[in-house]
Amino acid sequence: MDKINMVQSLNRTLHHIMEADEKVLVMGEDVGLNGGVFRVTDGLYQKFGRQRVIDSPIAESAILGTAIGMAISGLKPVIEMQFSGFSYLMMHQLEGNASRMRTRSRGRFTVPLVIRMPYGGGVRALEHHSESKEVYFAHTAGVKVVIPSSPSNAGALLKTAIDDPDPVVFMEPKRSYRSFKEEVEDELPPIPIGEAQVLEIGEDLTVISWGAMMQDTLKAVKKLKAETGAGPEVIDLLTLSPMDAETIVHSVSKTGRCVIVQEAQKSFGPASEIIALINDHALMYLKAPVNRVTMYDVPVPLFGREQMYFPSQDRILRAMIQTLSD
Amino acid sequence: MTLRTLDNFSIDYLQILDENGNVDKALEPDLSREDLLKLHYYMTLSRMADARMLNLQRQGRLGTLPAATGQEASFCAPVLAIRDTDWFVGSYRELGGRLMRGEPLVNVLHLYNGFEEGSDNPESPRTLPISIILASQLPQAVGLAYGSRLQGEKDTVALAVFGDGSTSEGDFHEALNFAGVLNAPVIFLCQNNQYAISTPRELQTRSATIAQKAVAYGMPGIQVDGNDPLAVFKAVDDAVKRAREDKGPSLIEAVTYRMLMHTTADDPTRYREEAQVESWKARDPLIRFEKYLIQKQIWDEKKQKDLEDKLKETIEQAVKEFESKTGFKPDAPFDHVFGNSFYLIEQQRAQFLDNLKKETENG
Repeated sequence: MDKINMVQSLNRTLHHIMEADEKVLVMGEDVGLNGGVFRVTDGLYQKFGRQRVIDSPIAESAILGTAIGMAISGLKPVIEMQFSGFSYLMMHQLEGNASRMRTRSRGRFTVPLVIRMPYGGGVRALEHHSESKEVYFAHTAGVKVVIPSSPSNAGALLKTAIDDPDPVVFMEPKRSYRSFKEEVEDELPPIPIGEAQVLEIGEDLTVISWGAMMQDTLKAVKKLKAETGAGPEVIDLLTLSPMDAETIVHSVSKTGRCVIVQEAQKSFGPASEIIALINDHALMYLKAPVNRVTMYDVPVPLFGREQMYFPSQDRILRAMIQTLSD
Repeated sequence: MTLRTLDNFSIDYLQILDENGNVDKALEPDLSREDLLKLHYYMTLSRMADARMLNLQRQGRLGTLPAATGQEASFCAPVLAIRDTDWFVGSYRELGGRLMRGEPLVNVLHLYNGFEEGSDNPESPRTLPISIILASQLPQAVGLAYGSRLQGEKDTVALAVFGDGSTSEGDFHEALNFAGVLNAPVIFLCQNNQYAISTPRELQTRSATIAQKAVAYGMPGIQVDGNDPLAVFKAVDDAVKRAREDKGPSLIEAVTYRMLMHTTADDPTRYREEAQVESWKARDPLIRFEKYLIQKQIWDEKKQKDLEDKLKETIEQAVKEFESKTGFKPDAPFDHVFGNSFYLIEQQRAQFLDNLKKETENG
């Protein structure tokens, strides 16, 4: 089996799904002839033609708005926001229509579509190309938010997202697009939306992360084990909303200690929600305050300073040691 | 020589039936007696239902609702030009048009009484529910039209209805642009009723007409007398035919007037003169259409009286049905968040029902 990166895995999945299901359609800025600025849609235009692989005008609101109509008509659109930083122009279509068409029509009209978008920092890009704003989407009832972290789970989750009956915001950590390769099965076992994965089983500490931070977290965990002999349990969230409360609560009830690592800024972020879940369901099991390693509450700096602001392996390691000693 | 004209444009205005009921025979559309009477029926029903609903609202029996009086030709005549298999993608001021599409009046009452059940209209599977965020429904119409064609429906079209205020929204421009580029079979019908709440049409755009905005997006645009049901029908029918033949989208500006308030929460005396309202009364679409039908000898005063009596009864029947229906499931909003079930949502549903039970017990 060849080793492939996340872009290749996403691309291969799109090829497979579009071959198998003619209702699947791709639309976005530069997704056709150019294959997308990150090449995730490479080769689709040549294989499936311009009616199913649409190079759209540059208008994020209409990309989603048109896709909502397509989805209601019976198609399964997979649209691309070229960068998550441009996605705010579609927010009223997401909040005002995609998320609530099912409720508004009492299930008569549904919006099964996928909104793919590269997000997060670490690729030395210009302003507006490095943010992690998953909470904007996760705070919207009726929208599912999925964030893969590896080539394998990216392909599997994209397939699940396309098969899903609801609008799914599919956030691709662009720093992980090409940063590592792994063997990816051609027929990936499905990963249900709403289920986190326990990557390492342990008894002493629960460590939760998602997206590009997963790799840094795993490396920090490796150091922790080598340096302290502690046994951390590592959870890859995969779905931000609806969140897998059961896996989180089960783990924290067992370990009594938790560190959350998020690339997003600190306040009102997903980590805050996870802490609230633990408060609701596992407070009495806690042996130490839940710790979080996050970006600071400032707009993401340009890349000259970016890495100083994102959680580093060292910060993650220190947070874990602190929580173990609390 | 480098200065030359690359393009120029003109915009047509269409009126077939004037304010006095005189018809331009050369332009008169070939509508059957049944179609004419159907149109008249729904325009009249719409007017009477609008009045009754405002009355119910004033009595506290309905919540905030938009008034539709005066615009009946603009929103009913287009529906006559499309099929049940076409998409109707409206805003919120198309009462009679929606009734024509098969939405039961009782459902309209439930909706404006604050229950989503009012949008539950399986009788009308290709009519989208009301859309309140201005112009946001327009890109959806493009997607519906494109999607239906891509799935093998050879001549399905989408009729998108919106107001003059919506033409200032980005989604209006984005939707027309997408429709043009995708050659999507969409009819964009603007009900220019002169006001967006208090803001007059002149403050929305410097363009002399809304119709001419079509030119920039590479599609035909026409302005019609929006209180003339024959002109509205003809313009929409022409646009529908073009769309069915894959000749792309069109924009129609129907010039009409909102005779009453924006919604029941609005007081129009704050921003417009009564004299202006009076001047539009003479252009009432119902009066001229009745004159036309009488001239065609398919209508008379007795028939009109009988119809109004019958519609009064129909409306009262709907009101009765509306008021007798109670006990909508309180936790219904939890049913339609997602297409599948999730622990956190179901847990909150249980908490909600438990809280409701305790609140009821505690009075």
